[in-house]
Amino acid sequence: MMTDLTELTIAEASAGLKKKEFTAVELTEAYIANMDKHRNLNAYVCETPDKAIAQAKISQEKINSGQGGDLEGIPLGIKDLFCTKGIATTACSNILKGFVPPYESTVTANLLQAGANFLGKLNLDEFAMGGSNETSAFGPVINPWSKDVPLVPGGSSGGSAAAVAANMCAAATGTDTGGSIRQPAAFCGVTGIKPTYGRCSRYGIIAFASSLDQAGPIAKDVTDCAIMLKAMAGFDNKDSTSSQQPVPDFCKVLGADIKGMRIGIPKEYRVDGLNSEIASYWDKAAAMLKDKGAEIVEISLPHTKYALAVYYIIAPAEASSNLARYDGLRYGNRVDGEHLDDMYTNSRTAGFGKEVKRRIMIGTYVLSAGYYDAYYLKAQKVRRLIRDDFIKAFEKCDVILTPTAPSAAFAIGDESMQKDPITMWLNDIFTVSVSLAGLPAMSLPIGLNHDGLPLGMQIIGKSFDEENVFKAGYCLEQQAGFKRK
Amino acid sequence: MSGMIIQGKTGDWEVICGLEIHCQILSKSKIFSGASTHYGSEVNENVSFIDAGMPGMLPTLNEECVSQAVKTGLGLNAKINNYSAFARKNYFYADLPQGYQITQFQYPIVGEGFVKIELENGETKDIGIERLHIEQDAGKSIHDISPTKSFIDLNRAGVGLMEIVTKPDFRSPEEAGAFLRKLRSIVRYLGTCDGNMDEGSMRCDVNVSVRKVGEDGFRTRNEMKNVNSVKFVMQAIEFEARRHVEVYESGGQIEQETRQFNPTTCTTKAMRKKEYAHDYRYFPEPDLPPLVLSDEYINNIKNDMVELPDAKKERFVKELGLTPYDASVICENKEVAEFFEKAASGHDAKKVANWLMGDFFAMLNEKKITLAESPISAENLGALVELVSKNVINGKTAKDVFAIMAATGEAPEKIVEEKGLKQVTDVGAIEKVVDEILANNQANVEAYKAGKTNLIGWFVGQVMKASQGKANPEVVNKLLKQKLG
Repeated sequence: MMTDLTELTIAEASAGLKKKEFTAVELTEAYIANMDKHRNLNAYVCETPDKAIAQAKISQEKINSGQGGDLEGIPLGIKDLFCTKGIATTACSNILKGFVPPYESTVTANLLQAGANFLGKLNLDEFAMGGSNETSAFGPVINPWSKDVPLVPGGSSGGSAAAVAANMCAAATGTDTGGSIRQPAAFCGVTGIKPTYGRCSRYGIIAFASSLDQAGPIAKDVTDCAIMLKAMAGFDNKDSTSSQQPVPDFCKVLGADIKGMRIGIPKEYRVDGLNSEIASYWDKAAAMLKDKGAEIVEISLPHTKYALAVYYIIAPAEASSNLARYDGLRYGNRVDGEHLDDMYTNSRTAGFGKEVKRRIMIGTYVLSAGYYDAYYLKAQKVRRLIRDDFIKAFEKCDVILTPTAPSAAFAIGDESMQKDPITMWLNDIFTVSVSLAGLPAMSLPIGLNHDGLPLGMQIIGKSFDEENVFKAGYCLEQQAGFKRK
Repeated sequence: MSGMIIQGKTGDWEVICGLEIHCQILSKSKIFSGASTHYGSEVNENVSFIDAGMPGMLPTLNEECVSQAVKTGLGLNAKINNYSAFARKNYFYADLPQGYQITQFQYPIVGEGFVKIELENGETKDIGIERLHIEQDAGKSIHDISPTKSFIDLNRAGVGLMEIVTKPDFRSPEEAGAFLRKLRSIVRYLGTCDGNMDEGSMRCDVNVSVRKVGEDGFRTRNEMKNVNSVKFVMQAIEFEARRHVEVYESGGQIEQETRQFNPTTCTTKAMRKKEYAHDYRYFPEPDLPPLVLSDEYINNIKNDMVELPDAKKERFVKELGLTPYDASVICENKEVAEFFEKAASGHDAKKVANWLMGDFFAMLNEKKITLAESPISAENLGALVELVSKNVINGKTAKDVFAIMAATGEAPEKIVEEKGLKQVTDVGAIEKVVDEILANNQANVEAYKAGKTNLIGWFVGQVMKASQGKANPEVVNKLLKQKLG
């Protein structure tokens, strides 16, 4: 018996498939076996092994005839926020129970086009609102790195990060609104990239906050992220906010010399009480890049301190409107009532969880007459200042290096987080400003803390300059030599 | 002075009125989806996933609706804004699948303009246009099929609308009526809206207040929604203005509220008070980038504009010698104006206009047919006028020929030829008949000569009868007067 096929990266598996070392069906079956083995992690909310095998068979024929796309025969997991034709899609909310979309999201269609097969739909925080995957209507996901107490995988793409870490898929799709790809990737010791806003089409992705939502991959390493993103990205005339910028072959920059690359270190991110292990890994990461010829420069992002407040006004405001369509009328869960308004109230009361309700309330409040100027409008203005900070900073540097999250994975049901939602929201402190500015950012594992839990570093790039992010990320990955779970 | 003055117990009151008109945009597909706008399809036949508010669906702007709005704006002599933006108007209703309407709020596509109206007394007045913005229509709720259920038809959901808001410039029901007819004429000329108020493709909200003559500023206004004919709009203004005067004069106050006009009783009743008014929580639509129109784009549309009723009217007055009143009647309807122009070509335009507005329209009314169905072609109407002008037939014969044309659709020359209706202009031949009549009616000749000069008509009639109506009446008159002395 050869090595466990699920250990292979996409790049390795593709090479093996081409060399006929194994078949696409064997590869897919190996993952299906692993899904079975790790079912306790609760990473998948819907499994589609039969469809995956059927796809793999088609892929194998293509491989046999020397054809096939960049992901031919590669088994993927799909965050359950992407609409998949004929496969239940719920956003992990009771309100969408039983909803089967008659259409395919553009990103998943692109992946199918590239030859991938889908093993199933992955768990997430309800409507992607959360940082621990605990708000899912399907229950929490367990971080594969957990030892005695079950730890969260991060969120909202918790199922995606956990599934990749536990080799339950070769790679997964995620979405990131304020850190939902990067933070779970960091918590689970895997790599994820949120590309520039507009790089991937949002068509068919259940909307949380439209001006922030972006799809991206979570994968085993930087190279796999490059392969995945290239397949996912591209202009789509069905999404007016998708960009016409050509999608480069991100793999081409991997391993390129970083000599002279300027790495920005934002001084404001060294917040008081920053975890000392994280601070020290941050220094180490900078040193590793410097060793390879990069130049370390201090930069300033003065409005960063407002990012969290701005995010928790804009994202809920958009969400309160985006979630209005879930009214029990045309699809999903309906709870009848005497009048139309009663039906709305009953359906939405039963259908939405606590965190979703909280954000709808906040969003409704900040948009209401008399409060709009003080909250939403002001937040939009500060959002512009935050973006301008980055534009100014990028005059002095090519990429920015920060930690991904202020801590390692915490325990499921953590008391302080449950008591005060703000504590949970603080997880996003390093990631939200990037989302507000629409910039690309990657999280990759840098090492383990004293508890043996992975920590992530974030590399932020200029708008539509994912290539420098990949370049620096690949270099750091090589230097850090992190061992996946 | 065309204003309406209501004489109250406490003095004279002036009527103040402004209109908001929703015009359905004529376009092949809906404003944010590819679904058809065809009127009269099966229930819920023209509904895309976007129109139904399915999860993950995104709007994309239909360029045809943009150019139609620009065209209409130019027709209203209005400023076309290079920058406009979309906003969401949030409210829950069963026929609003997204839970919000995509509209324009702060930045409409068209700014200020004016429309010239003609009043019955021959005066003209410019009515100010505040703005025109584009938005999507809602679906239809049907409550009268079942006592316990409501049904929803989404065919109309997402059809493009232009909302045109006037300044509060109307001072009488007549002015509002003239404006609506003019607006309908403009959009029909442009082909941007079919203007059918009874089918709901043009809907009018009426705002009314009153003030004492000489008073500055405006008093509280009431809005009447969806008044669906020009006549009803005029009745609603009249009733509402009188109601306001009564309330004020009996010591009461007008509260801002939405009222409903009942066409059967010609009265209005309160629908909802301001305190129950919706808070629409407008905010910028994050799914659509701002709409930026170049001067070149606007100019291309401008250069492609058809001649509008005002310009056509002016031309008909100046070049064809029509009276302003005749010209404006003929120009109200584009098809009529085109028919007229064709009929008048090469002939006496004023006479053609008289025929068109007299016998011709009477014929259409009598047959209950449209202009397009007329058995008399424009060319034949012109030819008939020409036959009279050239003294080939006289006016009386022309009426008979017209009746035959209306029945058979034949050319007037052919009818005149076949029926031998050519007028006799040969003085000698007519003189023979005149002499004969005079000789046979000596008693009347004596009476005439004794002073009963009004017998001239009887003599003319006798001569015409004897010539089977073919004698030239002018010649007959002249000869009779000569011979009777």
